[in-house]
Amino acid sequence: MQLRISDRDGVPIYVQLMRQIKYLVSSGRLAADEQLPPVRKLAEQLLVNPNTVARAYRELENEGVVSIRQGAGVFVADGGSPLARREQQRMLNERIDVLLAEARQMNVDEETLIGLIRQRHARIEESAR
Amino acid sequence: MTDTIVALQHLSRHFGDTAALLGVTLSIPRGGVFGLVGENGAGKTTLIKHLLGLYKADVGSVTVFGMDPVRDPAAVLGRIGYLAEDRDLPDWMRVHELMRYTKAFYPRWDDRFAEELLQTFDLRRDQKIRTLSRGQRARAGLLIALAHRPELLILDEPSSGLDPGARQDILAAIVRTIADEGRTVLLSSHLLHEVQRVADQVMMLHRGRLVWNEPLDSLLTRHHVITLHWPEAVAVHPVLPGALWWSGEGTEWTCMCDGEWTRLKEAAAAAGATIMEQRPPSLEEVFLARTKIANLPEAQS
Repeated sequence: MQLRISDRDGVPIYVQLMRQIKYLVSSGRLAADEQLPPVRKLAEQLLVNPNTVARAYRELENEGVVSIRQGAGVFVADGGSPLARREQQRMLNERIDVLLAEARQMNVDEETLIGLIRQRHARIEESAR
Repeated sequence: MTDTIVALQHLSRHFGDTAALLGVTLSIPRGGVFGLVGENGAGKTTLIKHLLGLYKADVGSVTVFGMDPVRDPAAVLGRIGYLAEDRDLPDWMRVHELMRYTKAFYPRWDDRFAEELLQTFDLRRDQKIRTLSRGQRARAGLLIALAHRPELLILDEPSSGLDPGARQDILAAIVRTIADEGRTVLLSSHLLHEVQRVADQVMMLHRGRLVWNEPLDSLLTRHHVITLHWPEAVAVHPVLPGALWWSGEGTEWTCMCDGEWTRLKEAAAAAGATIMEQRPPSLEEVFLARTKIANLPEAQS
């Protein structure tokens, strides 16, 4: 599991960890039942406070992303797929919001924007062939 | 059995006419990393020297592990690991002599751990302290601070002037120390991104006074950097609750606010602005905003 922590902006580190682990789960890079590194190991690897890693794991457990099995470790939760879909949607929505805000700034209306998206999509499909 | 490691009550200290600490009251519970931040001369090192029993309180009281470090130095210092900014080590000793010499002061010195640190830090036993590079000197200081597995590790500007490798070793030592159940780290540092990385709680001193002492996460999440957009250029930005600074011109302005997000959104809408961007500031940004305000002439009185 490769995670990267930024200490240059103010997003709390446990939130950064949660987002990245959710991303890995929703993109399938972490499979159901896969074991995550122990708190201490991940903290030493990333050079962050172990309490922070523990908090990220706890909050991920509350959200049903991982399950913490006493004495055994932290595992990616089963039946992650509804969560994965929700998370995928959330990530796409974030991007879409940025795109909409920029389009509004440039006075590009919704129809034009959708047209542009279709064009780009066609271009990518073509080059993939 | 108290679980308060450090307790300061109304601690004040003057050097001549200069107040170094003014009525500082704080307590540090067992377990966790406590970041101590402040400008040069804010009182950080003076505070630390009181914990080590090197200074006696003018006013107020200092207790560490429930004891007075001035009256009971041996009992207190035996449980503290300390790395000073100047990393003052006996130059004429060799590394192994420094280890043997330090061990004599600490009944709980752990030979195996000391050897392990020697390896990790890539120090040679027979090297003279005088010939160590700056980074290796810091590592030697860290070794003797850690090898007795102190309950309280105090680091005073440990990373100042060090290369990234040595700074990483220091961060790793902090993480390891705290990972061992129930140990406590007090980290005084100007490198605020490092403090942000490891601290549970942040305490800020400004001209001898304690101005905040709160969990890092709550400090960061209650501040917002917001970029606002107006349909038409405005000459002066509006007043937003808790705004610490403004920058910008015309239709776009950015500010840092301390306050609840929903209230800020309402205030921005009432001012006729659209919020274009919102992000939490870094510890460094909060620190700079706070010191700037505290240094304004009207804040002095």
